[in-house]
Amino acid sequence: MTFTANHLWLIPTLPLLAAGLGALAPSKDRRLAAGSAIVAMAISFVLACLALQSALQAPATHAVANFAWFDLGASPMRLGFLLDPLTAFMCVMVTFVGLLIFIFSLGYMQADANFKQFFCFLSLFAAAMLGVLVANSLLLLFICWELVGLASYLLIGFWFHKPSAAAAAKKAFITTRIGDLGLLLGLLWLYDATGSLLFYDGGQGVLENTALAALAGQTLGGGLALSTAIGLLIFCGAIGKSGQFPLHVWLPDAMEGPTPVSALIHAATMVAAGVFLVARVYPLMQIDAALAAVPVHALTVVAFIGAITALLGAFIACGQNDIKRVLAFSTVSQLGYMMLALGVGSWTAAIFHLLTHAFFKALLFLGAGSVIHAAHHEQDIRLLGGLRPKMKITFATFAIGMMALSGVPFLFSGFWSKEAILHAAHAWDVSHLPLYAGLAAVVLTAFYMTRLVAETFLGQPRSAAAEHAHENSAVMTIPLILLALGAIGLGFLGTPAWPWLQARLSGTELHSSLHHLMEGSGLMLLSIGLVGVGLGLGWWLYGRRLRTTAEARDPLVVTAPQVMAALANRLGFDELYAATVGRLNHFTATLAQGIDRWVLGGLVNFLAQLGVFSGTVNRQLDEDGLNGGFDQISASVRGSGQRYAQAQTGEAHGYLRVMAVAFIVLALVLVLGGAR
Amino acid sequence: MTPLHLCLLISSGLFCIGLTGALARSNTILVLLGIELMLNAANLNFIAFWRFGPAPSPANGMIFVLFAIAVAAAEAAVGLALIIAVYRHQKNIRLQEANTLRG
Amino acid sequence: MLGSAAAAMLLRNLIHSALLLILSWASVAAFYLWAGAEFAAFAQILVYVGAISMVVLFAVLLTRQNQVADVVIEPASRKRATTALTVGACLAGILSAAVVASRFPAAAVTAPATTVKLIGLELMERHGAALLIIGVILTVALIGATLLAATEAKRNPEDAP
Repeated sequence: MTFTANHLWLIPTLPLLAAGLGALAPSKDRRLAAGSAIVAMAISFVLACLALQSALQAPATHAVANFAWFDLGASPMRLGFLLDPLTAFMCVMVTFVGLLIFIFSLGYMQADANFKQFFCFLSLFAAAMLGVLVANSLLLLFICWELVGLASYLLIGFWFHKPSAAAAAKKAFITTRIGDLGLLLGLLWLYDATGSLLFYDGGQGVLENTALAALAGQTLGGGLALSTAIGLLIFCGAIGKSGQFPLHVWLPDAMEGPTPVSALIHAATMVAAGVFLVARVYPLMQIDAALAAVPVHALTVVAFIGAITALLGAFIACGQNDIKRVLAFSTVSQLGYMMLALGVGSWTAAIFHLLTHAFFKALLFLGAGSVIHAAHHEQDIRLLGGLRPKMKITFATFAIGMMALSGVPFLFSGFWSKEAILHAAHAWDVSHLPLYAGLAAVVLTAFYMTRLVAETFLGQPRSAAAEHAHENSAVMTIPLILLALGAIGLGFLGTPAWPWLQARLSGTELHSSLHHLMEGSGLMLLSIGLVGVGLGLGWWLYGRRLRTTAEARDPLVVTAPQVMAALANRLGFDELYAATVGRLNHFTATLAQGIDRWVLGGLVNFLAQLGVFSGTVNRQLDEDGLNGGFDQISASVRGSGQRYAQAQTGEAHGYLRVMAVAFIVLALVLVLGGAR
Repeated sequence: MTPLHLCLLISSGLFCIGLTGALARSNTILVLLGIELMLNAANLNFIAFWRFGPAPSPANGMIFVLFAIAVAAAEAAVGLALIIAVYRHQKNIRLQEANTLRG
Repeated sequence: MLGSAAAAMLLRNLIHSALLLILSWASVAAFYLWAGAEFAAFAQILVYVGAISMVVLFAVLLTRQNQVADVVIEPASRKRATTALTVGACLAGILSAAVVASRFPAAAVTAPATTVKLIGLELMERHGAALLIIGVILTVALIGATLLAATEAKRNPEDAP
């Protein structure tokens, strides 16, 4: 049996079943919940590999399996599944990294009282994420997209008894919702314009030439092509989910969740969903590039947002002291890289970086989780230190992840994928600003990662927790080792000399020759030099004179206190939003209250006064004129009323019973009376 | 036994279950839910007659059901708010004790 | 549908009954789907399964009391249960007898073609007034429910006479 798009639904369904099983299992039964989650994920991984194998046999085609969901009116709403190399690669990545993180969680969450719920939520998340990947309909994608958001909310707020975690969960949910609103609007507009939401449908789908030509042909006010507008709205969803520049504020706070969650959702998979979404609708984003007349191309916006995010995230990461927040801002920055690659026209480079990043960032997060677990939930790097001799495996794997992220040349995967992006940015003929931003971020990335490693693992332990840390059990270290192997090996799938991954993704011929390696050697040498500068700077500032006490001041804080304070405060984005959006909200609320109190309240008061006045007049008339004869009548009414009041027992059941009996009598009369 | 018979039997079953529940239970929430079940049974009848009746009109039954659902929603909201108010007043929600309206 | 409804009415645990009722409502929606009334089915799911169930669950959780009072079965409630069962059984007998005995004209073979557009037009044109009234009822019910359930605001000391 060959694996086709018709079997694709199995991949997300299995984790979903595991989630259901986990939800129904008794909460003491830890083994059932965790076991079913892991087994389901493992089977999904095998299926995803089969899907990949089948997709690679015909990389240029999009195999679909569409079906009608329901029909309201004339046109049925159709959903479907899509199998192409993009889907297949992503599925393999998500299931593999997810599986390792599930296993890691066995150790990390061992002592948690809500162990069962944790695996239930993780499975739900995995199901939703895989649903996003296999969807062939923007609607199905959107449904799973929202489910992903829900699972992320549940997992960030998993330690809901911590107020900060609950607030972070809320913040993440609401911030991403802003982006999702854009996605929803884009979806509706797209449906309105084309009458379909299927991506590929034998020539009728929205990503196929007929619909694209129609979309690009229409212009809106200001000369904006319809496809550009819809593309930008869809990109809004990606901005929210992927933590891009205006909406990046939720991602660092999301680190309140358990560390495996940070690794799975906020490093490897969910945040990459935005990049995946843009790559999925790439034909739509790209179509306006051919139009010379339009004022702005959708992809240009994507490129600049990505460049800003890459630089900004890298800057802020230099000023953070929490081990997970450094990694979080690094994630923001790396996602910026991916968006940059999408924007400059190389979606294959973006997906390549997405895949390698998933591995080494999951590795870094799990390494951080291993440190945190060993050091009794101490996350401040100023209080850690000296962990290298105590946690050898964690240190070795973390160092591999760090070198992959920094882009240390040749051996590590991050180097090759970052090179691919920089080359694409170099070849972009609109502007070279994204390239410069990317190069600057290279230096910063190498710098802050050196700082992180030097502060965490080298020197002397600076707190009791770090003093007593020891290596974790095999259930936590084996995933680390596997991910480290991936972080090294994956890069060789897409080197310029042998761009297998890119060729398979785009379905073009594979040209392998060593010449390609030479063509861009100037840029490559430059970026290697920049990595060296970053590493050297980090070593010079942090590695040379290791911190000895927790109170010792950071060398950068000594030289530039204001800058570092601003960076530690994340450049004040949260305060900015509180001051603008929050205050606007408050202002409108006050305004509405003012209108309510003075304008409407005044009117109501006036009417009330009028009523009081007429009431007074009325009473005068009544007392003087009409009072006489009524007294007698009312006395007799009161008497009969008292008699009937006996029937009012005040028991609602009694009333209901009487009604029911009366109804039966009525029914009997009707039936026996022959009213057929 | 036509489909219509079957539908009507189902709906009368649902109605009787709702009625019995509303009569038997002492918890006000359950009484209210029993009444909701009875409303649902009525809706089932509307749909059944609309679909399997002799002269189906395009949308009448459906619109009836929509209005009934809307009224049921209003009823449920008010009913449950009343329950909460009563609970706050007398610290339990047993219907037979809410009898201060007796004559 | 019937099973879960009956179980819901029988169970002692309020939360279980509420959950079973949701199941029952969902199966009513499934029935609508089977009968070709998609729009009513979705309305049912949205209103009952989505909204009313939430309100019910909230009410259940807000009015949770010590379960001791319910455990003792008072003679009064036993008597009421017997009456209720009798009444219900009588009614069930009569209704089903009536249904079985009646003969209906043959049903239409195909479902009436109902599109959302048609429903919308019907609602806005022929039943426009009813729609408005329903809207008003819903609004009033909402406001009333809020008022009933709201705690009385604490008065500020300076507001007091």
